[in-house]
Amino acid sequence: MGYETIVVEKKDQITRITLNRPAALNSFNDKMGEEFYAALKEAEKDEGTRCLVITGAGRAFSAGEDVSGLKERYSGDSHPSLGDHLRKKYHPMILRIRHMEKPIIARINGIAAGSGASIALACDIRIASEEAGLKQAFIGVGLVPDSGSSYFLTRALGPGRALELIMTGRTVGAKEAENLGLVNRVVPAAELDKAVGEVAEKLANGPTKALGLSKRVVNHVSRLDLHEALEYEAQNQDIAGKTQDHLEAVRAFLEKRQPKFTGT
Amino acid sequence: MPFSQILVETDPPIGIIRLNRPKVFNALNFELLRELVEALEAFDKDDRIRATVLTGNDDAFSAGADIKELSEATPVDLIQRNQFALWDRLKKTAKPIVGAISGHALGGGCELAMNCDMIIASETAKFGQPEINIGIMPGAGGTQRLTRTIGKFRAMEMILTGQPITAREAEKRGLVNKIVPVEAYFEEAKKLAVQIAQKAPVATRLAKEAVLKAFDTPLEEGLQFERRNFYLLFSTQDMKEGMKAFTEKRPPQFKGR
Repeated sequence: MGYETIVVEKKDQITRITLNRPAALNSFNDKMGEEFYAALKEAEKDEGTRCLVITGAGRAFSAGEDVSGLKERYSGDSHPSLGDHLRKKYHPMILRIRHMEKPIIARINGIAAGSGASIALACDIRIASEEAGLKQAFIGVGLVPDSGSSYFLTRALGPGRALELIMTGRTVGAKEAENLGLVNRVVPAAELDKAVGEVAEKLANGPTKALGLSKRVVNHVSRLDLHEALEYEAQNQDIAGKTQDHLEAVRAFLEKRQPKFTGT
Repeated sequence: MPFSQILVETDPPIGIIRLNRPKVFNALNFELLRELVEALEAFDKDDRIRATVLTGNDDAFSAGADIKELSEATPVDLIQRNQFALWDRLKKTAKPIVGAISGHALGGGCELAMNCDMIIASETAKFGQPEINIGIMPGAGGTQRLTRTIGKFRAMEMILTGQPITAREAEKRGLVNKIVPVEAYFEEAKKLAVQIAQKAPVATRLAKEAVLKAFDTPLEEGLQFERRNFYLLFSTQDMKEGMKAFTEKRPPQFKGR
């Protein structure tokens, strides 16, 4: 809706948000941060959106924070808080991606570095082109991982391998990322749209409420012990059990046909 | 009894009261409080009702006092209106109240929540005493009940910064009994109220009274109070029925006598 730095397209209940500053490798200036967050909010509210795809225009997914912005920020005597900058710009978007109860796919078309990698890691499913890569770029500029990078990497890889990537700042190629479990699937660049499209279509036609509740449960259970996790699953199953889509699935099973989910 | 600010429903053995000013996040004006107290007092007299669920809506239990009503008030107005007399009556509710709380429970809303006997909260609930942000302080028990519930340091932080806490923090600090997904908090609270409503009503009432006594009295006095209530229950038919059913290994049939 009148965005300058991103493109939002909606088709067949799939909303695709494209980070669109290809000349700057889709790095996040403040404008793009605001617009991306606004687009996330809008897609969350939109009942006609049942799946999101996040991707980048040109050869990068996103190079992360636009470092050229730092120059202005450090001009003169002032040295504003990077922590506050993160709290304001990145934390709301990472939390919104994790808590939005709709499936979100990262279509990683190229390099995802720094907070760009964090956004990819925050998504529910990652599908990457062979040309893509993930890079913990923070140490290269004398900083620590932010925007959730340390959290997502440590959970995915354990502290040893997470620290290797954080401390060396090396680019993990798509194939290696797949082997490490950081991306779900790698395909040749020419097949990326097809691969993402298939998954997105399946999710957009899925039982949206149950997909959202599954995300809620997975987000939460890592904080729980087994007793609590069992109880949390049961509470959410009560909710899923009351959806139209569940009843439809049971009917379809008895009638030996494919269910038609409406997301209600 | 016609109510305009709340919705009252009887679903024996429980009663349900829903704060119903959704456009203003269930802000607590004088009328709403009056109706709430009257509804609770009516339930106290109604033999079919043995516990109450008090709730708002998914977005707000209550965002607190009606600022419009307060902004022009002088101390004399406040004395004449004597709105806290309603809170004093609220405190005397004899039957158990289960709060079903989602969304904002702020200021007077948080204080009202703390007047419940148990709280089931949704994961999206937020508790806070933000009065300090508008140049006042809690006035309906917030400084006292919050401190006794979560301790001096946490209470001081909430009251002096005005910063609310999430449902999870509230659960960790003992301000709520249980948190469940937003779709389930009301049903969960009803379940708890129904469970309580199965018990012997006189015992429930005297036990509630004794627990609340702990807020007001030194230990020795509280123990004496508890003992008297305990002895008193041995004069009830329900006590005899309860013990008989226990030895006969069957569920008791309580009559409230």
